[in-house]
Amino acid sequence: MTPVLRVENLTRYFGGLRAVHEVSFDVAPGELKALIGPNGAGKSTCFNMLMGQITPSAGKVELNGEPITGLPPREIWRRGVGRTFQITGTYQSMTVAENVQMALISHHRRLFSMLPYAYRLYREEAMALLDVVGMAQQADRACAILAYGDLKRLELAIALAHKPTLLLMDEPTAGMAPRERIALMQLTADIVKERGISVLFTEHDMDVVFAHAHHIMVLNRGELIADGTAAEVRSNPHVQEVYLGGGTLYAAEETSHA
Amino acid sequence: MGLLVAQLLTGLANAAALFLVASGLSLIFGVTRIVNFAHGSLYMLGAYVGITLMGVLPGAVGFWGAIVLAGVAVGLIGVVIEICVLRPVYRAPELFQLVATFGVILVIQDLTLMIWGGEDMLGPRAPGLKSVVRILGEPVPQYDLALIAITPFILLGLWWLITKTRVGILVRAATQDREMVGALGVNQSWLFTGVFFLGSALAGLGGAIQLPKGGADLLMDFSIIAEVFVVVVVGGMGSIPGAFIAAVLISVLNVFGVAYVPQSTLVLMYVVMAIVLMIRPWGLLGREEKAGEHGQIGEPQRPIRPAGWIGRSLVLALIAFMALIPVFGSTFTQVLIIDILIFCLFATSLQFILSTGGLVSFGHAVFFGGGAYVAALLVTYFNTPMELAFALAPLGAGVLAIGIGWFCIRLSGVYFAMLTMAFSQLVWSLVFQWGEVTGGDDGLVSIWPSKWLSGTTAYYYFTLAMGIGGILVLRHIMHSPFGYALRATRDSARQAEATGINVKQIQWMAFTLAGAFAGLAGGLFVFSKGSIFPDELSISTSFDALIVVFLGGVKTLAGGVVGAAFMESAKDWLTRLEYWRLILGLVIIAVVIVAPDGIVGSLRKLGERIGIVREEESMR
Ligand SMILES: Nc1ncnc2c1ncn2[C@@H]1O[C@H](COP(=O)(O)OP(=O)(O)O)[C@@H](O)[C@H]1O
Ligand SMILES: [Mg+2]
Repeated sequence: MTPVLRVENLTRYFGGLRAVHEVSFDVAPGELKALIGPNGAGKSTCFNMLMGQITPSAGKVELNGEPITGLPPREIWRRGVGRTFQITGTYQSMTVAENVQMALISHHRRLFSMLPYAYRLYREEAMALLDVVGMAQQADRACAILAYGDLKRLELAIALAHKPTLLLMDEPTAGMAPRERIALMQLTADIVKERGISVLFTEHDMDVVFAHAHHIMVLNRGELIADGTAAEVRSNPHVQEVYLGGGTLYAAEETSHA
Repeated sequence: MGLLVAQLLTGLANAAALFLVASGLSLIFGVTRIVNFAHGSLYMLGAYVGITLMGVLPGAVGFWGAIVLAGVAVGLIGVVIEICVLRPVYRAPELFQLVATFGVILVIQDLTLMIWGGEDMLGPRAPGLKSVVRILGEPVPQYDLALIAITPFILLGLWWLITKTRVGILVRAATQDREMVGALGVNQSWLFTGVFFLGSALAGLGGAIQLPKGGADLLMDFSIIAEVFVVVVVGGMGSIPGAFIAAVLISVLNVFGVAYVPQSTLVLMYVVMAIVLMIRPWGLLGREEKAGEHGQIGEPQRPIRPAGWIGRSLVLALIAFMALIPVFGSTFTQVLIIDILIFCLFATSLQFILSTGGLVSFGHAVFFGGGAYVAALLVTYFNTPMELAFALAPLGAGVLAIGIGWFCIRLSGVYFAMLTMAFSQLVWSLVFQWGEVTGGDDGLVSIWPSKWLSGTTAYYYFTLAMGIGGILVLRHIMHSPFGYALRATRDSARQAEATGINVKQIQWMAFTLAGAFAGLAGGLFVFSKGSIFPDELSISTSFDALIVVFLGGVKTLAGGVVGAAFMESAKDWLTRLEYWRLILGLVIIAVVIVAPDGIVGSLRKLGERIGIVREEESMR
């Protein structure tokens, strides 16, 4: 079976800094795969290259067997990749429902339409998606006043709007309370399982990772040092060296992302 | 050959003042990220203060002393401006800062008029440098040679200051990373004040040093600011060597332009700018950067909804009332309302791109005047029927917007603002200088509507239909999917791109639409006045529109209409006052600092407080 995502030798330099170096991996259909690593390991940079926010210095990205390297984000999105960001970027001046409607308007290619009222367009569809993430009650609240966890759930609903085959989630639970984290990831896992979506996510809460990821990859200083099941990764001596050597890593990272 | 050399030398001499002013602007921008529109006013003050001091201080020492003292004095004035006007708005969106500095321009204009009077003043000649030197047989003023000798030292001095001194290191650190300065344990506000002093002093020096060549008059502020913007944009914002290279380039170009293509000197400058920007969007020595990253600070805009039945009934009632005005109102009232409606439509088109799109256009008048000129040219040269010429006004302006937008949309924030302004100046200078076709300063006259619209009342109804129609169409677009997409690009370009929205394409389209509607207003304007002059394309017309949108309320949908109606009505009695600029300037500054929500925003908040308007859930 062709993998949903195939990454080959993905590399990115920032000046002299080697942020990501020859990273290769696959994501299989329906798979939930975690990309972990200490702060500054290059996870977000990887995601930015996969989604087209930055161009790789070298390497290839294939989506369902087709090359997407160097395409702009909007093009990659059209081909079925959804993304949530480490720092959420929802539209502050719109309501919750309108945020989802906006993605639907884009999905249905009505962006240049000037006749209908936007707030009425695809309202039902948007409500259905909000229902999936449990945000239907808040549909008409201004996005600017949402609690952080709700914003993350909204982002998930937006990412589902164009029926993606692959979801990229960069630190979906950063800044949330532990219980909220588990709940959000459980919700995500249920949704993607039902819809057959593959997920690649970064996460620094190991409980979340081990509870939900089918496979785990470890990135350290831009290099992939492990790729396997939870058990394999746990017993990998290299990973232990990186992680167990610094038990404080997680705590440090959390404060830096808060 | 001799003539060429002489011209080159004149160009180099002219570059001195331009470089001084531009480097000051660049320096201030680099550190504070504020584009000081009042920089030209500081230059003007430098000239006036310089003349006064030169009259008091005798001899060569007095002359050069006066120049230095003028610089210091203007530097101190800059400090006052920084502390009183800009400190309160450093964290506000760029537009607020730009508008605040525009208020300063108005205040300085009237203060200068009060102190020095309206007469143009001739600058004294430099003692000991009054004659000319013959170079290859051509006369070259000694003072020009002195300027050419001095300028590199000023550049070196600045370079030394920036690269070798502790202050300079701080300035550079601040230019590259503003957060870092705080980390270095430096009081940021005093660094800003210091930089403002230096930048203003440079502008003052520039004004004083050009006195023997130019003199002082009340139009200096606007005439230099456009040129300085070109220099700074071409050289690269924040780069002092860039400002130097560009100042020399532009000055030399101007001198040769005057000699060989006298009809198009101004145009030439803007063409060079356009070419440079096509190749290097951030200027010759500028670095790419994401401008406007602090453009959305403050309360986010609120979700919008089309007006409910109360709102609609009110608007209908207002339209009905206006439709009845010819029955009981005088011709004068009708003419006044025609003016108001045209201005409202123009302001709404700006509001669309500025508020909904988050694109601060500083040259929007180019589409207003552009539309008017398209119609006027068609009527003048092709005897085009009024109906057709009128219909082609928005089309022509739209096409112009497609062209200008292609350049400008690639940039954002203040870069976008400066570029739109420079392009509007390009068109203005084209119209101004291409006298055979456009009539130049004399404008185009006898552009009257068709017979069936020739009566005031008939044209009144025509304007009512077109003006209100245009405003309502624009408003509808704000609520349409396209309007939402535009707001999406403003709220978060990253999110928009990551959900299939081509941000630049949406912005370009919006820019074009806004241009076309401004052109519609221009079409209405030219047939109501029967004439059109280059003024309607000028910076000050663009600023008028910005000011009313701002006064009305940037973060609202109706701000443009309300601000324009308010202003156009107030203008009538305001301009009767002798120092109305001073008053208006102070009002603008006060609004920026005290009531940044504008009329509509403040009224809405007041309504919420006393319970007439339903309160939104409180913001985080
Ligand atoms: N735009 C950029 N310019 C320069 N360096 C960058 C840029 N983005 C990221 N980096 C650097 O690349 C490295 C990886 O960063 P990032 O991908 O954000 O790590 P992670 O998401 O794993 O915490 C870091 O050292 C970071 O400083
Ligand atoms: Mg990251």
